Amino acid sequence: MNNRFQTLKNAPKPMFIPFIMAGDPSPEDTIETALLLQEEGADVLELGIPYSDPLADGPVIQEAAKRAKGMTIGKAMILVGEMRKRGLDIPVLIFTYINPFLKLGEDRFFQLAKENDVDGLLIPDLPFEESHSLRGRCRAEEISFISLVAPTTSRERLFRIAEEAQGFLYCVSSLGVTGERSDFHPETKRLLQEAKSYTTIPVALGFGISTRQQFVDVGELCDGVIIGSSLIKKAHEIRIDPTLEFGSSFKAYVSSLVNGEQHVNS
Amino acid sequence: MHTVYPDEKGRFGQFGGRYVPETLMFALEELEEAFQKAMEDNTFQEQLNKELTLYSGRPTPLTFAENTTKRFGGAKIYLKREDLNHTGAHKINNAIGQVLLAKRMNKTKVVAETGAGQHGVAVATACARYGLSCKVFMGQEDIARQSLNVFRMKLLGAEVVSVTSGSKTLKDATNEAIRYWAGAVQDTFYCIGSVVGPHPYPRIVRDFQRIIGLETKEQFNEYEGGAPETVIACVGGGSNAMGMFHPFLEDEEVELIGVEAGGLGLETGKHAASITTGSIGVLHGSMTFLNQDESGQILEPYSISAGLDYPGVGPEHSHLAATKRVTYKTITDAEALEALKILSEEEGILPAIESAHALAQAFEEAVNQPEHTSIVVCLSGRGDKDVSTIMNLLEEDGSYE
Repeated sequence: MNNRFQTLKNAPKPMFIPFIMAGDPSPEDTIETALLLQEEGADVLELGIPYSDPLADGPVIQEAAKRAKGMTIGKAMILVGEMRKRGLDIPVLIFTYINPFLKLGEDRFFQLAKENDVDGLLIPDLPFEESHSLRGRCRAEEISFISLVAPTTSRERLFRIAEEAQGFLYCVSSLGVTGERSDFHPETKRLLQEAKSYTTIPVALGFGISTRQQFVDVGELCDGVIIGSSLIKKAHEIRIDPTLEFGSSFKAYVSSLVNGEQHVNS
Repeated sequence: MHTVYPDEKGRFGQFGGRYVPETLMFALEELEEAFQKAMEDNTFQEQLNKELTLYSGRPTPLTFAENTTKRFGGAKIYLKREDLNHTGAHKINNAIGQVLLAKRMNKTKVVAETGAGQHGVAVATACARYGLSCKVFMGQEDIARQSLNVFRMKLLGAEVVSVTSGSKTLKDATNEAIRYWAGAVQDTFYCIGSVVGPHPYPRIVRDFQRIIGLETKEQFNEYEGGAPETVIACVGGGSNAMGMFHPFLEDEEVELIGVEAGGLGLETGKHAASITTGSIGVLHGSMTFLNQDESGQILEPYSISAGLDYPGVGPEHSHLAATKRVTYKTITDAEALEALKILSEEEGILPAIESAHALAQAFEEAVNQPEHTSIVVCLSGRGDKDVSTIMNLLEEDGSYE
């Protein structure tokens, strides 16, 4: 495969994979946030598309989608092109539910992906069995189709999914929806170990990671850590607080999470 | 052949399938296997039939609506009386089936969604009888307009969770129930209320509801000989219609009509007619006809009936519409209310507003058909739950001062 995901193999461990919502609260803010995340060492940007019925998402991401009203998958991909012009060069992954994707159409998606340097696609409600032809097309178009596995995924199924996985393998740390958690599913460690033994591409863990300690702990078990809800929540809190400057405050938060550095706001 | 679906991938033609987060895949595979085994197991079938007979009150009668027939002066109108089931609607057929299945699978907790509350009441009832805990998700909007059913669920020992996301109706209650299930999937059974959702749900619900059509066929043949010319049922998600239609699918001479909620009129955009006006998409785990905008966001449905207020439809209905085996029409709020009044006055039967949609269509068809023909309408539920909605509307126009 010949896209930016190839660079991940040499990325420092653990990779930092932030998730943000396209258009939250505006397209311009999304570009700013993406560039700040890259400055703080993000290895992949996962860009969510607002959807009316996001089955896999908890309240924080649902709220972000509401704030991003009017954003569509097509507009978000064009926004990626804008981010590229402004200096974003890490791999970008489009995270969308199947219905908006179908409405946009496969051909249009790949055309926009090419035009705007989009590197990957993740559809949380398109399981392995339903994704065969799209995975093939992604491979042909050099777009990484990101597959998910969960603590409830059987060993046999995990093997089949891992064998076909592209870009990185996304392991879900918990049952249920996205959102901050204090505990992970007891099967998580087993899941990561098995996943790593079945594939040569990076294995990343997501769902529920919100603290520095969790980032460090998870980072020891796999190659990358996906952080969504806690970043989105913090960014929103900073934006609605008139006493804080967004750029420096958000960078300080991300840095404390990823690097463990304590910034002092003057 | 119309009855061989779904295929091994859970498809009805291009519709159906399984579009859910990976977390739920094992639960759906487990459910599919358990359902298959249960349906082949005589002990389970005997237990189910016994409960349907001795607890729910089946078979329900097929009533000849003599006065209404005279009033319209055309085809004979028969009513399949699902309103006479325990708890007052067809929903109990499926709830008993699924909760018995849950028990067989050693699940101790049941989660469900409900719109009008009839499915919630049915699941709470079955859980009470078979000793499982029950949690029901219901939109805040529906909780307000169906307070009687909310109270009934609580009396039956269920926990009713108010859903405040989205339009605060059935669609959002379903989202929340699925999200909750994803987190509790290891010991919780999700009891879905219509022929919607990921495979194998559309099939499970249909098979538990087929009893409606099977009984109708037998009863009609006993009274009139042969088969009725026309069979009509209302369609929200479409479980009563699917149960009624399925045993007739191979009888090509029987005309099947599904009736969607036309709300305030298709031209107003305020309706729930997803087959009539929708396009193909994916909602709640299956591919089907949906009301959605040009970027794939699901549009909020509208109907006077909380039971029909759903932006999609069961995938098998989409398939039957695409292959033209079933004709789908729409009836507005006003037409449904008028039919409800007529049936109450002529036959002493107060139908649910959902069922009144099917009735209104039947009255339209009856006038145009000769007297020797027959129409069977599925009277999916009784109208007691809707009394306050009906009262408010009819008082506004001064009909019942």
